[in-house]
Amino acid sequence: MRKKRRFSSRLFMGLIFVFLYAPIALLIIFSFNSSKSRTVWSGFTLEWYRQLFHDSTIMSSLTTTLSVSVLAAVIATVAGTFAAIGFYNMRRRWQNPLLAVSNIPVINADIVTGVSLCLLFVSLGSLLKFDLGFGTLLIAHVTFNIPYVILSVMPKLRQLDRNLVDAAQDLGCTWMQAFYKVIIPEILPGIINGMMIAFTMSIDDFVISYFTAGSKVQTLSMTIYAMTRKRISPKINAVSTLLFVFVLTMLLIINIREARQEKQLRLKNRTIK
Amino acid sequence: MSKELIRLSQCTMAFDGEVVLNSIDLVINDKEFLTLLGPSGCGKTTTLRIIGGFATPTSGDVFFDGVRINDLPPYKRTVNTVFQKYALFPHLNVFENVAFGLRINRHGGKKLSKAEITQRVMEMLEIVSLKGFENRDVTSLSGGQQQRVAIARALVNRPKVLLLDEPLGALDMRLRKDMQNELKRIHEAMGITFIYVTHDQEEALAMSDTVVVMDGGVIQQIGTPEAIYNEPVNAFVADFIGESNIVDGIMIADGVVEIFGRRFKCLDGGFAPNEPVDVVIRPEDVDIVDVKDGMLTGTVTNITFKGVHYDVIVDFKGFKWLIQTTDFCPVNSYIGIKIDPDGIHIMKKSAYSGMFGDYSSYSAEYDEIGDADYEPEEPDIEEAPYEA
Repeated sequence: MRKKRRFSSRLFMGLIFVFLYAPIALLIIFSFNSSKSRTVWSGFTLEWYRQLFHDSTIMSSLTTTLSVSVLAAVIATVAGTFAAIGFYNMRRRWQNPLLAVSNIPVINADIVTGVSLCLLFVSLGSLLKFDLGFGTLLIAHVTFNIPYVILSVMPKLRQLDRNLVDAAQDLGCTWMQAFYKVIIPEILPGIINGMMIAFTMSIDDFVISYFTAGSKVQTLSMTIYAMTRKRISPKINAVSTLLFVFVLTMLLIINIREARQEKQLRLKNRTIK
Repeated sequence: MSKELIRLSQCTMAFDGEVVLNSIDLVINDKEFLTLLGPSGCGKTTTLRIIGGFATPTSGDVFFDGVRINDLPPYKRTVNTVFQKYALFPHLNVFENVAFGLRINRHGGKKLSKAEITQRVMEMLEIVSLKGFENRDVTSLSGGQQQRVAIARALVNRPKVLLLDEPLGALDMRLRKDMQNELKRIHEAMGITFIYVTHDQEEALAMSDTVVVMDGGVIQQIGTPEAIYNEPVNAFVADFIGESNIVDGIMIADGVVEIFGRRFKCLDGGFAPNEPVDVVIRPEDVDIVDVKDGMLTGTVTNITFKGVHYDVIVDFKGFKWLIQTTDFCPVNSYIGIKIDPDGIHIMKKSAYSGMFGDYSSYSAEYDEIGDADYEPEEPDIEEAPYEA
């Protein structure tokens, strides 16, 4: 009886994993398929990957994606870190409601964020004479990245002993010196995690980019989408595989870092006791 | 010894309309070991923060060496602090923690060379007996070692005054005793002023030149440990410092006080004839004698062995006294007591009269003393955000 139950629960687990990963596995396998067929395996090749790097549309959209992601991640990290410090120094009564409001973009449907940003940029653009393009794309990415940075910096600030800032000032630091020499090093792991999450979110994004990039600029995910509509090419499989592997690696790094930091914190708390 | 260094004049501190410090006047002399002593929320930490520059008094003035320093930020003061729970920088090792203050380019000061910094840090680590620990991670140190790093980090800047905010609170009993001696030794070696905040009266008596007893944001008494113990000014001080039996009395004339309808000789005077007073009798100043020789007679209700002595609770006409004696007296025995004139201390009536010094609820009182190590933090100060 018990054996049966264990077997069925394992089967169930297995099915879940199949559902989750079968499509991706298929995608990865067919990115190495030598024929253009999506159903028949006809041999291993790296041809599609080679073609990928010679496709100027893909390469230019890759450049756009990378530059927008890096810039957006850096700007959002700076803005988000200062925002988190601002929240931290707020009175409790204001802190929680405002934090909740600032986190709305995280829960909000991408399409709503995308459409509303698009509306804003178009109406502002007609007033101030600018078009949708790299600039609006960047602003949009910074906007949806900031909450992720705040969410990862905030817990580090909460762990920070407030006396540390007093101690730094006591030892001769101005507030700014205390900020650079004590607060930043203490919350740095959170800042780096936030930046990596922001970067990943930007690389990954399609919907918001689609509404805010305009017609001249294309990100990688937008190019993939366009390719699926025009012609069928296994290059899509190859580029998607690369994107998947990259994002997976980033998420792994972020999770491992967080797990390590938690372990260190537990160790530290134990030694203090 | 008697040169004035710091003066607080009419200092009042209020957070959101709540008065934490009520118009205190305090003079701190150069090279003195002064302790601010009082229960949680009495204003002692606020006083320390005002001297350190972390809080600006709502009204009143702070003078350092005769100069008004109300608005001088902490980084411009020649004062360093050992914080509650140490506040060491976890991202730096022992050496870098101690060197922190030396590496800051101080306002107007010249930058120290690498060799100078190394020399001063190593010197300091030797003074606090942490030689060989310079490369250790501060989080890997024990509480007592972290404490020493915190002291070294403050003293290496050669401050004129060292502020210590309940520095021994997180240590266990034995380590605390060791650190008390260590701190006294360091105080003598450095030859600077120490201002020490604690709620532990034993610590205050053992270490200080001057004790300032505070309660409710008001200074109750300033004096040497002996003066505070032997001549408390009111029931609060008498109860807070050591054990005391505090009873109502009437001052018949100079040197004569009436307690429970009986007259006792004492050494105090200067009261109005028949003035009602509070009388303090320390448990160790009471001798147990035969009933026929007793100035007062009562029934033993409780006895506890304490090692050196017994704590005996005796009921005198419904008022219970604590007596410390080396003689064993069984429960329910009827005994007499004798008090020498120098064992009786007379205090003027105050707002604290009738609140302390009765051992009727002995066991509960005892638990409270046992828990004295635990003290909740003063919340309004902890909650205050940074100030630039």
